[in-house]
Amino acid sequence: MRFVQEFRDAELGRALAAEIRSLLAPGRTYKLMEVCGGHTHSIYRYGIDGLLPDAVELVHGPGCPVCVLPMGRVDDAIAIAHEPNVIFTCFGDMLRIPGSHGSLLEAKAQGADVRMVYSPLDALAIARRNPEREVVFFAIGFETTAPSTALTLRRAKAERIANFSCICNHVTIVPPLRALLDSPALEIDGFIGPGHVCTVVGARPFQFIPEDYSRPLVISGFEPLDVLQSIAMLLAQLAEDRCEVENQYARVVAWDGNARALAVMAEVFALRPHFEWRGLGFISQSALRLSDAYAELDAERRFGVPGIRVADPKACQCGEVLKGAIKPWECKVFGTACTPERPIGTCMVSPEGACAAYYTYGRHAGGREAAARDGLAV
Amino acid sequence: MSATTREERILGIVQRTRARPARFRDERITMAHGAGGKASQSLIEGLLLPALRNDALAALGDAGTVSVNGAALALSADSFVVRPIRFPGGSIGELAVNGTVNDLAVSGARPLALTLSLVLEEGLDAGELRAEVDAIALAARAAAVQVIAGDTKVVERGHADRMYVCTSGVGVLDPRARLSTSALSPGDRILVSGAVGEHGCAIMLARDEFSLEADIRSDTRPLWPAVDALLDAAGAGVHCMRDATRGGVASALNELARASGVAALVHESRVPVQAAVAGACELLGIDPLYVANEGKLVAFVAPELAQVALDALRAVPGCEQAADIGEVLAEPPGMVLVDTAFGGRRVMDLLAGDPLPRIC
Repeated sequence: MRFVQEFRDAELGRALAAEIRSLLAPGRTYKLMEVCGGHTHSIYRYGIDGLLPDAVELVHGPGCPVCVLPMGRVDDAIAIAHEPNVIFTCFGDMLRIPGSHGSLLEAKAQGADVRMVYSPLDALAIARRNPEREVVFFAIGFETTAPSTALTLRRAKAERIANFSCICNHVTIVPPLRALLDSPALEIDGFIGPGHVCTVVGARPFQFIPEDYSRPLVISGFEPLDVLQSIAMLLAQLAEDRCEVENQYARVVAWDGNARALAVMAEVFALRPHFEWRGLGFISQSALRLSDAYAELDAERRFGVPGIRVADPKACQCGEVLKGAIKPWECKVFGTACTPERPIGTCMVSPEGACAAYYTYGRHAGGREAAARDGLAV
Repeated sequence: MSATTREERILGIVQRTRARPARFRDERITMAHGAGGKASQSLIEGLLLPALRNDALAALGDAGTVSVNGAALALSADSFVVRPIRFPGGSIGELAVNGTVNDLAVSGARPLALTLSLVLEEGLDAGELRAEVDAIALAARAAAVQVIAGDTKVVERGHADRMYVCTSGVGVLDPRARLSTSALSPGDRILVSGAVGEHGCAIMLARDEFSLEADIRSDTRPLWPAVDALLDAAGAGVHCMRDATRGGVASALNELARASGVAALVHESRVPVQAAVAGACELLGIDPLYVANEGKLVAFVAPELAQVALDALRAVPGCEQAADIGEVLAEPPGMVLVDTAFGGRRVMDLLAGDPLPRIC
């Protein structure tokens, strides 16, 4: 596959791993947070962890929109899915996320008409084909997916498709990062920036991180060489005492983002005053709702949802895990009350969450232990 | 207690919990229970096995064995609910024959005879049914088995999806075979009989949900010739075989590593994958090692016989791309590791379920 394999070249990977080693200060350890769930996936998929020296630790951030959705919102979604005459559409990875009484997959087994779609436009097509049914799209994601939801809603409005509506769970990346950075417990030396979010919002919104919080950030692509190069760029900044926003993903990300995507988002969405994040609590202005001009397409208004807040269990320490303050196994409920089969917190919900990965892979998380035994350690 | 000891203690608890048979605690059946991953495992180990407990079943092989007056027989059963019923490279009728004879073959049994049950939806087009009956007859001839008993049922429109086909098979255990799901031993080489992921990809594309076009055909074929060649070349040196159907090669390796208390290590760059399959999987974000096959086996062979076994396999028509993809390790028990083409290492676990319903 051209334009893909080039970014997975093992020899270049080894060269970058050597460069990373050369940038380490003796005796110092580094905690770097990859903000985006897509990076976490690449790190596991390619075994990137195992290519890093022990002194560099990657901390999985809050950037998996499905995992950070609070249980109350999942309950709201399930309530709408059970409404008579509703076809409920959502992305596949949303189906297994537990609410307080089961998941959408279980709602489907109980008779709700829940359908997996690959794009919001697929949901709109279902609405066109089923004019006698109410078709609801469960919109979720950071700024990466928000423009496609916005364009779909704009088209629904233009075509006057009356049986289509959207329950909006789009979130924004900067407020949770600020919430993390405001925490005194935060132990992160630098950030691997969310490349796909940046294709929309650009690099500029992240400048507060070096300016106000004195931590470097490198916007990164998602292929394994991208991630390794971004880690090298972060370590170079730390070694040279620089602290700035750098753009490793320049082949895709423009400094000012995508003006047209931002314009359609501004038309269709408005900021919610606050939104709850699983594991992180309420964060001001961290999510989007439909703007007043699109209120008639808002499923929350059309159906009325229970809107009952389900508190994170008190014992759950996902917040501390996300801040890098404690390790997964140090959480009071890890492996006992909270397991991948019966998750409590956001870090256990997704298989790529820090706790789920540690539960599944244990000592072998990231492959370092096995690599070391076979003499493959770098 | 020091931090390290505490971590070890907690990991110990987790490891013991994971090694226990999976429990079935769900309130309802969801599509995940049919996907061949962890949910299917909980259904089998947590509900069926305890209720029906016996030694033949407990081995969790692709077929069970039973002795009748000194003759060792293997029995297997399979149901086919694939949608669409015809797809590039095959159809439900052909799958129903090959699926069951392959379960027998990888258990070391030469397939002898099949039973056939048809569940038909009211309104099914007779031409479609006739085509599938012809496909069944053709596949049975190709696999050298006879259909010697059967049943037909019709259900009301909407109570089935056009047609479901259930087959069971009986075979006679080959005297050359010494196979067991618990026989994997450190050092064994892991062979696959050809390129992986073709059937699952062909079905996904045939459903036309992705607006993708690619020339990918199902690999459905009988595996007895491949098994015969392997047993001829390596005999008792073949420790175990499995038909890598739903859940793909990854799930087969996980089940067997767990059953034998060993680890499997796969070298990603040695796994044969057709370019079109690799491209489709890349676009869909799926690992071809988890995608279903309907004519590929995984074999665990003693290291000294692995090369002759591989040469013999490659001489079988349809198995030209057979490859040695990795080895069995002693540690960590029950886990599958992958050395990635990029040079890293990862764990390849059973999936919780499968986002794509009913692929076989």
